[in-house]
Amino acid sequence: MNFIEFIYTHQQEIIEQTIEHIGLTVVALAIAIFLGLPLGIMLTRYKKFSPSVLGVIGIIQTIPSVALLGFLLPILGIGVIPAIVALFLYALLPIVRNTYTGIEEVDLAVREAAKGMGMSDLQILFKVELPLAVPVIFAGIRTATVINVGVATLCALIASGGLGEFIFRGIALNNIYMILAGAIPAAILALLFDTILGLLQKFIRQLIKPILILSSLVIFVIIPFIIIPSFFVHPFTAGFTAEFMERSDGYPGLKKHYNLSMNTVELDPGLMYQALKEKKVDVICGFSTDGRILAFKLKVLKDDKHFFPPYHVSPIVRGETLRKYPVLREMFSKLADLITDKKMAELNFRVDYKKESPSQVAKDFLAQMGLEVSNNKKEKADIIIGSKNFTEQYILAYIFEQLIESYSDLNVVLKTGLAGTKICFDALINGEIDIYPEYTGTGLHVILKANKEIQNTILRDEKMVYNFVKKESKKRYDLEWLQPLGFNNTYALMMRESQANKLKIKSISELEYFLEKSD
Amino acid sequence: MIEVLNLTKKFNGLTAVDNISFSVEKGETLILLGTSGCGKTTTLKMINRLIEATSGKVFIEGKNIQDQKPEELRKQIGYVIQSIGLFPHYTVQQNVAIVPNLLKWHKKQTVSRTRELLELVGLPPDDFLKRKPEELSGGQQQRVGLARALAADPSVVLLDEPFGALDPITRRQIKKEFINMESMLQKTMILVTHDVFEACELGDKICLMDEGKIKQIGTAKELIFSPQNDFVINFFQANRFQLELMVLTLMDIMDEITIKEYKGEAIHEFNEYTRILDVLEAMENTPHMASILRIKTNDHKTILHTTSETIMSAFFKKRAKLLQ
Repeated sequence: MNFIEFIYTHQQEIIEQTIEHIGLTVVALAIAIFLGLPLGIMLTRYKKFSPSVLGVIGIIQTIPSVALLGFLLPILGIGVIPAIVALFLYALLPIVRNTYTGIEEVDLAVREAAKGMGMSDLQILFKVELPLAVPVIFAGIRTATVINVGVATLCALIASGGLGEFIFRGIALNNIYMILAGAIPAAILALLFDTILGLLQKFIRQLIKPILILSSLVIFVIIPFIIIPSFFVHPFTAGFTAEFMERSDGYPGLKKHYNLSMNTVELDPGLMYQALKEKKVDVICGFSTDGRILAFKLKVLKDDKHFFPPYHVSPIVRGETLRKYPVLREMFSKLADLITDKKMAELNFRVDYKKESPSQVAKDFLAQMGLEVSNNKKEKADIIIGSKNFTEQYILAYIFEQLIESYSDLNVVLKTGLAGTKICFDALINGEIDIYPEYTGTGLHVILKANKEIQNTILRDEKMVYNFVKKESKKRYDLEWLQPLGFNNTYALMMRESQANKLKIKSISELEYFLEKSD
Repeated sequence: MIEVLNLTKKFNGLTAVDNISFSVEKGETLILLGTSGCGKTTTLKMINRLIEATSGKVFIEGKNIQDQKPEELRKQIGYVIQSIGLFPHYTVQQNVAIVPNLLKWHKKQTVSRTRELLELVGLPPDDFLKRKPEELSGGQQQRVGLARALAADPSVVLLDEPFGALDPITRRQIKKEFINMESMLQKTMILVTHDVFEACELGDKICLMDEGKIKQIGTAKELIFSPQNDFVINFFQANRFQLELMVLTLMDIMDEITIKEYKGEAIHEFNEYTRILDVLEAMENTPHMASILRIKTNDHKTILHTTSETIMSAFFKKRAKLLQ
């Protein structure tokens, strides 16, 4: 399928998203003009407030868009309203500042002459200052428009629609056509708005009044339509990431597998947990060992029909190292099946939210499990432990380190924080590291690149997946997958614990039953 | 008529204008003269309340300015500033019509008044009405500024260094027209300047200020020939001779002129109010200093014929007497 075909088949969606995009931009812009213009004027009248007010608005401008959306989430939730508020905040600075500067830059002599001839403050404002400041103010509105068209794409992360939906879905799926289907219309929109405003600029003195009237109309007519519905209870809604929405092993597959159907909105992975906590959505697709499960009191629904592929973690060791230190095999058997999903989530929680050090958390864990922890450092490095660059991997690397050092005379060096599977795996093959924690699912897809046929036959069975990667890794790379640690870090549907308990939902099947019943 | 009584202005404890009083009769022009920072502009701006006085009173045509709204007061006072301050987004026509429009004049009246004023300041209305300030030269802009100040025919006009931004040639020309302008003659005017020649040329009376105080107030002749203190002497010292030639008129030296017999055709003719300086300037263009002048007295009874040499020697005699 080429790009033209893609556009053709998705034209309905593109048009819809473009309209949503324009809607977001225009409404936010209208509010920004309606409030920003008077604010800018007020600042010229009460100058001592101008540095602080402009400062605050300037600071808002420097907040990264995703962070701003994150701040707004607890207050305004997800959807169109927080998106409009965010866009409004971004549009405010250019409008307020240009109004202020435009008026301030009016020649002092002109102002003095106006005053000396007996014009009142209001007459000076409307007959002299504003007409002379209009080009500068208009330039501010133009800047704000272009900023808004850009930022509006990010608002797709909080389920407000717009062309960002395509862009983020495209990025998640590495689908360049899909990215372009969002990015090109967004770019055209920005250029188009800028050109139209540029043309209007010539007639701005005649147009400023219609623009103001229009913006107030937008505010008082359109906004109530958006805001009022949000006061009513929303239906049971799922918030999924763009990636999950499109992947065959995500929502489309899940829908078929469980015969599930529900309202969905697209959310940024970072904001998703918070949106669930704030009751803006009722179900999300998280990862089963995420620390936020504990932090936000979430309930992971049991995947009782085994839809999600298994990502069990095992220490993966170089065959050479294992032959040199056979004691490792026995040592790691102590860890076998020791860490449950919940336990891992708790360990992640302690590092991510309690800000404890991974090494302390690892030590506590081993002690708690009745494993000996002692410290007998030696000069020479016998074994090098690697890890990828996220919390869970750090904790596991420290657990491995302390286990080996406690139960042998071997000396361990850590090489943690390697950026991604590929780097970790290459390091292992080249002997730069001897051991690191890896997930069976990743082994299947990324390391061994198993073909579709194999994947389809074994994917739903964790034992078969483990056996496959163990056998193939041995054969191809002389690598040994030791016994799994027990937990499974995979996609999982989760709900707020309170709601799940109230509705008596423990598994995805029960969720499906509940949804069917409530329809 | 403007009366200023015990006017004082303090900025953050610093006294800019210190308890000054003066009055300007109807149709008279008073010059506020002094170096920058002497308080002359502050004084001017207190009269149309662009600056509010700390204490003291100002009466215009007998009315206390504090009894009127500042905007209402200002509409009745013409105001001309050095930087002109024409509205860049208005045409010449709109600029001149600002005060009539504020006063809600009838449209027809405003239009005819605008044309009349442009005519008066030497800008043909048909050429200039539709132009924007940016299309005018500095001199033309100040003419429009003047027309704008006179638009509603105010009895009082305040001028803050009105010729300050112009080049010397334009300044001289506009000043000349300004002095001779019929409608300016009836106005009560206060003009701020730091230029001693401008002051002597344009002022009926000069109020010389320093550090917020009046050093001397009187005619140019009084300030030059009867200075009351060292400050006044020093202020004019550098340009003394030229100023003396400016403030003395033919009438002043008439007594010293020895009448000679008339021989031949007179080359120049002056009335007795002509400044000595103007007489000498006119002579520059004639080849012979000794050419014959005809002086007409105001009552047309006496006609004197004399030469420039006689004038000069008469001037020096008179000067010596005055300075005694």
